[in-house]
Amino acid sequence: MEQKRVKELAVTAAKVRLECLEAINACHSGHIGGALSAADILTVLYFEKMKNLDPENPKNPDRDRLVLSKGHCTGALYPVLALKGYFPVKDLKTFRHIDSYLSGHAEMKHVPGVDMSTGSLGQGLSAAAGMALAAKLDKKPYRVFAVMGDGEIEEGQIWEAAMAAAKYKLDNLVGFVDVNGLQIDGTTEEIMPSEPLDEKWEAFGWNVLKIDGHDLRAISDAVDAAGECSGKPTMILAKTVKGKGISFMENKVMWHGNTPDEEEYQKAKAELTARLLELEG
Amino acid sequence: MAEFISTRVAYGRALKKFGGQNPDIVVFDADLACCTKSEGFGQAFPERFFNVGIAEANMVGMAAGMAAAGKIAFVHSFAMFSAGRAYDQVRNSVCYPHLNVKIVGSHAGLSVGEDGATHQCIEDIGLMRVIPGMTVLCPCDANETEAAVKAAIEQNGPCYLRLGRAEVENITANLPGYHFELGKGTTLADGKDVTIAATGLMVQNAVKAAEILKKEGISARILDIHTIKPLDTELIVKAAKETGAIVTTEEHNVLCGLGGAVCEAVSRYCPVPVIRHGVDDRFGKSGKYEDLMVRYGLTPEKIAECAKEAVSLKAGQAG
Repeated sequence: MEQKRVKELAVTAAKVRLECLEAINACHSGHIGGALSAADILTVLYFEKMKNLDPENPKNPDRDRLVLSKGHCTGALYPVLALKGYFPVKDLKTFRHIDSYLSGHAEMKHVPGVDMSTGSLGQGLSAAAGMALAAKLDKKPYRVFAVMGDGEIEEGQIWEAAMAAAKYKLDNLVGFVDVNGLQIDGTTEEIMPSEPLDEKWEAFGWNVLKIDGHDLRAISDAVDAAGECSGKPTMILAKTVKGKGISFMENKVMWHGNTPDEEEYQKAKAELTARLLELEG
Repeated sequence: MAEFISTRVAYGRALKKFGGQNPDIVVFDADLACCTKSEGFGQAFPERFFNVGIAEANMVGMAAGMAAAGKIAFVHSFAMFSAGRAYDQVRNSVCYPHLNVKIVGSHAGLSVGEDGATHQCIEDIGLMRVIPGMTVLCPCDANETEAAVKAAIEQNGPCYLRLGRAEVENITANLPGYHFELGKGTTLADGKDVTIAATGLMVQNAVKAAEILKKEGISARILDIHTIKPLDTELIVKAAKETGAIVTTEEHNVLCGLGGAVCEAVSRYCPVPVIRHGVDDRFGKSGKYEDLMVRYGLTPEKIAECAKEAVSLKAGQAG
């Protein structure tokens, strides 16, 4: 990927973070920490890697698909979809509002561009595997992406899906674990240690890649590398920072589901705006 | 000579038959294909059959993904596991996005027999019918099972299909004028004194109960309620008005099943005495199917007793 393109994606990711903050601030509700940690992954996927996306025809049967298994991180997904053109950016201000179609957790029936309804943790990888299996059955070339949290993979269903995806040789399935090291009650290390993640996924029959989840080029390269791997699914372990981009939120457990007060909002907005101007300038 | 066949066996044949006609049908099982009878489809159409191991949650989730990609996905396990263990997945991955997944629960109720309480699901009708948008089917015999499978395929959206292990008489096969329509109950016998609304294998017992009652001068109307959701409220309320009392009977807990559904309907439109007959809010146990049915009172005689009680309540209400 050319440096110019990397910079364009960085600008988009900065806009996603700003819209994320605005949406969550407008409803004083949402999961900002995990949204910010996954923002770069989602930006690269939707704006660079996923094929046959058509905001005018969101259900195009040949499109690549994405399942946001960590379904609470709509704070990142919805801004990405809005900036991609699936629905008006101004609608993000209605996020989680009673009269809005922009639900708290990812919802496929009413939010254009969402491929699977999620929210109950641990279910998305199975759905993504089902879609990937359907692609194999129909002999279609589309790929399916699943984005999980590192807390989320404590759910047993993830490992059921891991076995099934390997059994069916779903090399058109690419998973991401957003390894930010935190979950709602504390660090993953203290709540339920899950390392060594690479050895676990490898033992389950997956091709495993480890990257910096905020390195846009690395994300893109990993997705390309996954495409080169035949006969097994790929899991990309993306080391991230929860709350990435807002200094006082980074690596803080409390910003899993807390929302900023007015002072914090202004400070966060200033930081994200400065970052965007810097990238655009 | 009456034909006896379990609804799971009839189901297996129907799935293979209709599966052959519709290439969009995909089938999942969780290492019980030999028992749920999905194996017949699997042998005929191996490329569309996926045995995902003993992992019901993932099975339901994968089926949801398949349905999201345009397939009609059938998932199979014992009712205890397809409706019970995978409840969250059925609710959130299938029903909330209203995906075209058919949840099959075989070996429902006490008639599983010797396997005992852990496998005798008596809560599945309740679990499934409280989910918004879910269709709940509980056919009584082989003929009705085939019709139910066809209807489930033709209907776009989630559906729960309750099946049994016990061999039951194929009573609707040669019934004059029998016609299956999803969401519509069938009147198997007309009557004026009391209505017996039955589902699953209790339909056959209800028919026998009506014969007992007839000898005692009580005229019972028999309703076969194969679709518990959406309930045929019109038929139930009409029966409430015309007979004045209802007995519901099901191989299920007396809570939240057909009895609950009927009470909800009549309490709004035509309150009449309703006796809910079924498993009296307790777990099953190991034993032979026939012995269990007697021990738990799932017999024509008990239904007849409930009917007489319902008639007496009607008299009390009038006084």
